[in-house]
Amino acid sequence: MTTTTQPPAATDSRTPSRAARLLGDRRLPVLVTALLFLVMYVAGLSRYVNYGFAEPQVFMNLFIDNSYLLVAAVGATFVILSGGIDLSVGSLIGFTTMLTAWLVERQGLPLVVVVPIALGVGAFGGFLMGYVIHNFEIQPFIVTLAGLFLFRGLCLVISKESISIGDSTVSSLAQTQVSLGAGFLSVGAVIALVVLAGAFYVLHYTRFGRRVYAIGGNEQSAMLMGLPQGGTKIAVYTVSGFCSALAGLLFTLYIQSGDPLHATGMELDAIAAVVIGGTLLTGGSGYVVGTLFGVLVLGLIKSIIQFEGTLSSWWTKIATGVLLCAFILIQRAMTARKKT
Amino acid sequence: MSTPSRWRALTHHHLFWPTAVLVLLLLVNVPFTPDFFSIKMTGGHLYGSLVSIVLFGSPLILVAVGMTLVIATGGIDLSVGAVVAITGALACSYISDQADQSALSGVLLAMGIGLLAAVVCGLWNGFLVARMGIQPIIATLIIMVAGRGVAQLITDGQIITINSEPYKLIGGGYWLTLPFSIFVVAVVVAITVALTRKTALGLLVESVGGNAEASRLVGIRSRRIKIMVYVFCALCAGIAGLMISSNTSAADGNNAGLWIELDAILAVVIGGTSLLGGRFSIGGTVVGALVIQTLTTTIYTIGVPTQTNLVFKAAVVIVVCLLQSPKFRAKVFGAKFGARFGPKSGSTPGAKDGGKPAAAPSETAATTEAAPQMEVS
Amino acid sequence: MAEPRPVLEMTGIVKEFSGVRALSGVDFRLFPGEIHALMGENGAGKSTLIKVLTGVYSLDGGTITLDGKSVLFGSPLQAQQAGISTVYQEVNLCPNLSVAENIFIGREPTRAGRIQWKRLRREAAELVDRLGLDIDVTAPLSSYPLAVQQLVAIVRSVSTGDNLGGGSGTKVLVLDEPTSSLDRGEVQELFRLMRQLKDEGVAILFVSHFLDQIYEVCDRMTVLRNGTLVGEHMVADLDQVGLVQLMIGKELDQLEELHDQQLRADVGESLLHAEGLGRVGAIDPFDLEIKKGEVVGLAGLLGSGRTELARLLFGADQPDSGKVTIGGKQVSMSAPNDAIGAGVAFCSENRKTEGLVPDLTVRENIILALQAARGWTRPIPASQRDELVAKYIKALDIRPANPEARVGQLSGGNQQKVLLARWLITQPKLLILDEPTRGIDVGAKAEIQKLVVSLSEDGMSVLYIAAELEEVLRLSHTIGVLRDRRLVAQIANGPEITPSRILETIASGEHE
Repeated sequence: MTTTTQPPAATDSRTPSRAARLLGDRRLPVLVTALLFLVMYVAGLSRYVNYGFAEPQVFMNLFIDNSYLLVAAVGATFVILSGGIDLSVGSLIGFTTMLTAWLVERQGLPLVVVVPIALGVGAFGGFLMGYVIHNFEIQPFIVTLAGLFLFRGLCLVISKESISIGDSTVSSLAQTQVSLGAGFLSVGAVIALVVLAGAFYVLHYTRFGRRVYAIGGNEQSAMLMGLPQGGTKIAVYTVSGFCSALAGLLFTLYIQSGDPLHATGMELDAIAAVVIGGTLLTGGSGYVVGTLFGVLVLGLIKSIIQFEGTLSSWWTKIATGVLLCAFILIQRAMTARKKT
Repeated sequence: MSTPSRWRALTHHHLFWPTAVLVLLLLVNVPFTPDFFSIKMTGGHLYGSLVSIVLFGSPLILVAVGMTLVIATGGIDLSVGAVVAITGALACSYISDQADQSALSGVLLAMGIGLLAAVVCGLWNGFLVARMGIQPIIATLIIMVAGRGVAQLITDGQIITINSEPYKLIGGGYWLTLPFSIFVVAVVVAITVALTRKTALGLLVESVGGNAEASRLVGIRSRRIKIMVYVFCALCAGIAGLMISSNTSAADGNNAGLWIELDAILAVVIGGTSLLGGRFSIGGTVVGALVIQTLTTTIYTIGVPTQTNLVFKAAVVIVVCLLQSPKFRAKVFGAKFGARFGPKSGSTPGAKDGGKPAAAPSETAATTEAAPQMEVS
Repeated sequence: MAEPRPVLEMTGIVKEFSGVRALSGVDFRLFPGEIHALMGENGAGKSTLIKVLTGVYSLDGGTITLDGKSVLFGSPLQAQQAGISTVYQEVNLCPNLSVAENIFIGREPTRAGRIQWKRLRREAAELVDRLGLDIDVTAPLSSYPLAVQQLVAIVRSVSTGDNLGGGSGTKVLVLDEPTSSLDRGEVQELFRLMRQLKDEGVAILFVSHFLDQIYEVCDRMTVLRNGTLVGEHMVADLDQVGLVQLMIGKELDQLEELHDQQLRADVGESLLHAEGLGRVGAIDPFDLEIKKGEVVGLAGLLGSGRTELARLLFGADQPDSGKVTIGGKQVSMSAPNDAIGAGVAFCSENRKTEGLVPDLTVRENIILALQAARGWTRPIPASQRDELVAKYIKALDIRPANPEARVGQLSGGNQQKVLLARWLITQPKLLILDEPTRGIDVGAKAEIQKLVVSLSEDGMSVLYIAAELEEVLRLSHTIGVLRDRRLVAQIANGPEITPSRILETIASGEHE
């Protein structure tokens, strides 16, 4: 065998072509979603300009009306990035609304006590699910399904009826407006944005965050690289449980009541927002910023349908489904191309 | 055959544990409702707890039977609830547009339209899973999300009520003193069993779910098989959708079949079919669905608030899954028990548990070498 | 060369799996600044030795000394911390993360819990640069070909030792078949890196099935066979024929006596003809003709491309060049179905993962291929099915002779017979057997070989792959010799064809 001086095959493959790199860029789906949001917003502007769509507050309301969904979707982003799935989100939100309403109204506990309890219960619920998933190697889908049943059932155990909250702290909190020049945000929206920023920091600037990506990319490899993949998995579900509970608190604030049927099926909205935001459902790729755009797109669909007047609410679900399908197919095309 | 060995054979039958749970649940009712097992004849119809368990459990049995085949191929179908809603909505909206809602031809056509829509949903799922290679849980999520919207679109967001005698028969009528739906279920189950066990479909499904690569190398056209089971599952869900809407004489796009996919998966798991695919048991699934329905009834009759139903279900899911988890069994009952009772035990014990090869003594050292090698190469 | 003190010394290593000895008293030494080849065929104990060394398996006997200190590793992480890093054939990195992250994940530089990205990228770039690699560390790993990923994995292992080994750095680098899917240029790049690390004093343990590569890059080699040490040699002192002899384990003279091939001239007309059939990274394009009733044996070392050749003939992998004609008709070979339709059957060497459906019964596994060919709508009638199954259980002496037994519970030999029965039932024209006798007991081995002879007498063609040369010689009319992913020779069997001739061909890659 003669020695070749400079192997051409190796050098060529060293520099992927620009087009290939752009297509392979993990930020592409987020950009697509952001662009989609922009196009929809501009379309809304041109169509409903006479109905006040251009008001900055309409834009702000997207954050206010979807603050709880954003928080829940951020939690779901962690789980999905790690390659898992959490079906208990909606139930846990509903349960938190019930628990909060019950503790505040029926037990007369002050809100400062109730909030940590609710968050603690949510995080513990997530921890338990993560523990079972990791230690007994049961599919996340089925474990969180049990969680879905359990929390929805616990809602009903607390009360079959809706509990409305008359607590003054809650109502004053709910009415607090954070002025932002052209418009205002609610307390819930601000909290949601803080959570988003926190999640971004954790995912990109801490070892835990990178472990989440590593496990989602290739769990076997992560283990062989000596990463504590079990602890990370459990932590991811704990984060999701915590976020769901927080989302439940925000939802309580938004609706000012607890109801055993609150947030039914919201796990699907959260998962849809994450996927539309460009996160791979198989894990390992995506950005929490994308999730923000995913939530905003879903929120904007709702707003547009409201503005349209003649369209009915179920178009939201259909549009969500169509978007979901489109993004799943895009993801599939991207991953399939990478393999070859 | 001695008694102990007969007992062993019995307890090792795959239907033993599901049936035992069912019987136990039924017996729990007796102290609370002494005439639980009695069946009365009133006005030419049979009434009784057992009859109503089967009646109310019918849609679930149908959906679960379809789900069994999907799960046996190693897949899952989350969209059945939405398919239930779509089918009911289409059939009812068609009937409600008819001048004579009780005209048999109209009703049959309505049912045909509904089931056709179900088949289309199944084809779509099958296409995404088998052709596009998308994970089943993700592929079927699409219809799960969009399907309810479509159902509400069909019913215009209203609950469509109809007044059609022939249509009422499917889910709420009686025939030969028994609820007609029982006959529907019996026919569907019989067809499914015949389809899977009298043809080679069952074998091929179990092969695809049991070892996909070996199935490819043996020449099984697994794409076709997969598309077929998704279509069949959707069709079963469609029939269940007709039954639910017929029972209430109404189509509710929002709530019809809500969470039935989860109940169905649960029924399949209780029935002894592994979520990993492979061996399946239609009989087990039917028993599993009956267990779930009986659980609901029992909670009601023993006076526990009905709302705790879901908590019980959660407990059942957890217990059943823990019992099926080889790791849990190994931890709790010790390794021997765990290995012996695994649904997939004996498949490749060497490949997963840290590379300890399960070489039979007669095998040479070559096997010991070969088994660990599989992990790295 | 004055021998320095070995950095790693393993003495009297014993490892047993449920009573079967995989390693019995193996000694192994590794010196700093050398590239050392570990050689051996299937079952020799290479992987077991590596896994004992890297802490994957616990030790049943013997001692490991690293740098003069006796050590015992409970996990790969412990071994890594002590300075023994491993890179496997499959790249165990996260393709979704950047190159820099892959190098440092788990030990990223942080300040107050915050990852210092700039520092991480800079350090990664420096490391890559120092090792003479031209890689953009910010790009995702998946944007690079496998070869580069392999290099990144090595960079990671080397740097792991730096950080975790308490300053002493990586002392031992284990490369377990890193070259199996690389092309020539990529291999050179890898070798350059290996030589550089060697010059820096790292001891490298290198496993490869390519003899040329061993002779090109290695200094010394240890040969194992059946779990025992058969020799430690300087590469320069042992020629390829000698090496192959050591690995296969028979002196040439001994082999001559075993030479007892079936010599029948009456093979029929051509059945299968492959022209220029090949697949990049698996096997170079080859021509092959198989006649009716002919047994073609494939001889070659593990990893020489014999399995890859068989898989192409069955359509299990898609060829990217060449064509196949069977019985005069061209077959597309894009899927196993095409080959099966043309009368080809294939028993994979991996019975458990690619052959059997362990949850199904013996009967179901036996009829699977025939049923797949008939389609689901035409089940084999129960009586005919039971008769067929009973016939083959009896003919092949499958035990337990219970068609209802779950195939996963059978012994290896009986599982192999079930696989054979599955294909014989379809009455194929060509039966491909990939190591049918591997890991099964002696009795079953003999039965399977007898069966091959009688099938051939009945006019069935057989492509027979076995690790043992005498097995191939005994059964084959024609012997295809493979080496380094090439079919280097096709030899008509005859009295003048001796195992030594085959061995020489394997070792030299040439046949006059």
